[in-house]
Amino acid sequence: MFRYVINRLISLGLSLLAASLVIFAVVEVIPGDPAAFMLGLNASEDTVAALREDLGLTGTLGERYFVWVGGMLSGDFGTSYTYRVPVSDLVAARLWVSVPLALYALLLSILLALPIGMVAAARRGKMLDYGIMGLTQLGIAVPNFWFAMLLVVLLAITLPIFPAGGFPGWDAGAFAALKALTLPAVALALPQASILARVMRSALIETLGQDYIRTARAKGLSEGQAIRRHGMRNAMIPVLTIVGLQFSFLLAGAIIIEKVFFLPGLGLLIFQGITQRDLIVVESVVMLLVFAVILVTFLIDLAYALVDPRLRHSR
Amino acid sequence: MIGIEKLSLTLSGIPVLRDVSLEIAAGRTLGLVGESGSGKSMTALSIMRLLPHGAQMRGAVHLENRVLSELSERQMCAVRGAEIGMIFQEPMTALNPVQTIGDQVAETLLVHGAASRPEARAIARERLARVGLVPERFPLDRYPHELSGGQRQRVCIALAIALRPKLLIADEPTTALDVTTQAQILDLIRELVREEEMACLFITHDLAVVSEMADEIAVMKAGAVVERAPTAALLREMRHPYTRALFDASRHQPERTAARSEAPLLEVRGAVRDYTLRRQHLFGPRPTFRAVDGVSFALKRGESLGLVGESGCGKSTLTRAILGLEPLQGGEILLDGQPVSPRMPAELRRRMQVVFQDPYGSFNPRHRVARLLTEPFHLTGRPPDLEERIGEALENVGLAPSDRDKFPHEFSGGQRQRIAIARALITRPELIVLDEAVSALDVSIRAQIMDLLADLQGQFGLSYLFIAHDLTVVRAITDRVLVMRAGQIVEEGETEAVFSAPTGAYTRALLAAAPVLPSV
Repeated sequence: MFRYVINRLISLGLSLLAASLVIFAVVEVIPGDPAAFMLGLNASEDTVAALREDLGLTGTLGERYFVWVGGMLSGDFGTSYTYRVPVSDLVAARLWVSVPLALYALLLSILLALPIGMVAAARRGKMLDYGIMGLTQLGIAVPNFWFAMLLVVLLAITLPIFPAGGFPGWDAGAFAALKALTLPAVALALPQASILARVMRSALIETLGQDYIRTARAKGLSEGQAIRRHGMRNAMIPVLTIVGLQFSFLLAGAIIIEKVFFLPGLGLLIFQGITQRDLIVVESVVMLLVFAVILVTFLIDLAYALVDPRLRHSR
Repeated sequence: MIGIEKLSLTLSGIPVLRDVSLEIAAGRTLGLVGESGSGKSMTALSIMRLLPHGAQMRGAVHLENRVLSELSERQMCAVRGAEIGMIFQEPMTALNPVQTIGDQVAETLLVHGAASRPEARAIARERLARVGLVPERFPLDRYPHELSGGQRQRVCIALAIALRPKLLIADEPTTALDVTTQAQILDLIRELVREEEMACLFITHDLAVVSEMADEIAVMKAGAVVERAPTAALLREMRHPYTRALFDASRHQPERTAARSEAPLLEVRGAVRDYTLRRQHLFGPRPTFRAVDGVSFALKRGESLGLVGESGCGKSTLTRAILGLEPLQGGEILLDGQPVSPRMPAELRRRMQVVFQDPYGSFNPRHRVARLLTEPFHLTGRPPDLEERIGEALENVGLAPSDRDKFPHEFSGGQRQRIAIARALITRPELIVLDEAVSALDVSIRAQIMDLLADLQGQFGLSYLFIAHDLTVVRAITDRVLVMRAGQIVEEGETEAVFSAPTGAYTRALLAAAPVLPSV
């Protein structure tokens, strides 16, 4: 187990290094002069030179890379060109919205998907299974912003239970904040839950054909007991993979939902950064997202090892 | 004690069992033999009521004074595992890979409410020790992947007998195991049946095994029991022609006419194959495992050479090196004087072909026969007479040229193996490596394929390297035999001489462990 964790940590470090090099190269090297790019076509030479000074673009490539990485390691992500505030402050505020929202949506997705997937697997080939599969197909096909608008109409306008948008901040109390995040989280969770339920169903059906399920039945377990005690844990491996991918997606991919609900999240920040050519923000936020994704992958790897003893002993 | 009365079964309307009647007394073993698809396993699953969807069962199954076939599913759950224990063929996959062996044995007790958790663990420990897995070496918190196939089968037996069932059903329990392991597991089952006074339904396709295990034998064919008698009487009389045909087929000795020349075709000289293992320490050296350790032998033109040994002895590794699929770390392999290696020329590769065990797995199911057969030509380019060659290869193996447009699933297992042989023949090779090529086949089909191989050898002057774990087959079809153990050849000689008077201790042990058909 120890060696497995060490190996995963080494791979995490190498992935981060590779990602930072790629992002650095894309932003600083490939489009030519970032300062000129940020200011647009009509900028005068002087402004561009001043900005270049401002951005610390005067050193060699190597120096600039180390200044950038070193800054991030010490919590200094630079200063946003458009907002004129440290990027770390900008990001921190957004993270307080995006991370809880992603976790909330993921939790809903798991809570919905696992039981639904189990029921569909247990009733495979029967009417209930076809019904569930049809609904999940719909859940995947319909875009989440449509769900979002539907939810707003139903639960914010017709029945005013939840706010239709905006975020009061965590200072307003956890309840108010969670209430504001509920509709966006549900809208995000529905398509994800549909995918996860299908994965859960097929993973379970796959394990149900395995010899050890037959052994369990021969021991005297009922079909339901065999699924719960022997099928579930074996089916968790593909499910965990999808959960990992979904969290990464939810963290950065909630942009349309953020827009529908006027939530100040990371997705909107990066979108604004791109439209306003604020490369400092883009570079830092992208790096942060990459870090989050790699970290989640690492955690999922650890979860694999908890589920599957073969990984603990071998790799 | 356990009685089956006029059991009939249909699967989605197709009859699978017809009027099967059997009974087994406590402490006795009934051997159920037959070829694949004869209904042996379905009979067992009918007793357990673990049938696939769409199964319709008629007739009655009695256990002591209860009628199992009338119990509800809930009541059956209480019978399974407690009163009937069952073990299966594939010990490698029969255990849950993510649960410890202790938990899996204890679960039998817990699910029937027969013990509290600590008691169940104590009983699990005792039962595992009973099947030969002593707690000092095999603590309860071991996982299945840490055990060998034989050890896993012992775990399966332990969980099947944890509650001292009245009936033990063993469905091909040793088919996937090596002969020496098989002998140990068979001994264990025999001992348990006697000591625990269980009735035992022993299912196998192997007549030698059943004649050693059973007090009584029932022969099944196409869903019906065709003959049933005490073992000695059945072997003596063989009243039903099918019984006789089965026994003849499993003793079958193909007629071989091939002329052996003295010129060597394949020479292996001091072959060494090392595998690099994972590092023990982060920056330590990579340890190596020597799978083939200085093997030398020569295969003459027109000869059939057997290579036998238990799993893990290095015979598959050696085979891959001979086929030029993996490099050697020492020594050399020559085919007709030219070196064999992963970079050998296609023309040399053409002269050596291979037939594998599993005709299912070695064909792409989406390709037609003609395309499957011509695969070897991807290396050498298509010959101008390709179309004639396809028809010829199919005819040579006893199929019709019109079979060229069919898909693999349209053939039976035996026919698929014929296609595999046709694919090997189509390049007109000199050496064919037969890697467990008849191991998965039923005895009657196996006899036909062995005849076919002998025929082709005489007709085309082929040389065979015959790799198998089944000693009976090797004895019937080879001129000389090599016995391999731990990467080395430990015995080599004329087949009859080695089998009748083995010189090495290992060969003797191997032969002693192999079940033999009593001669009648």
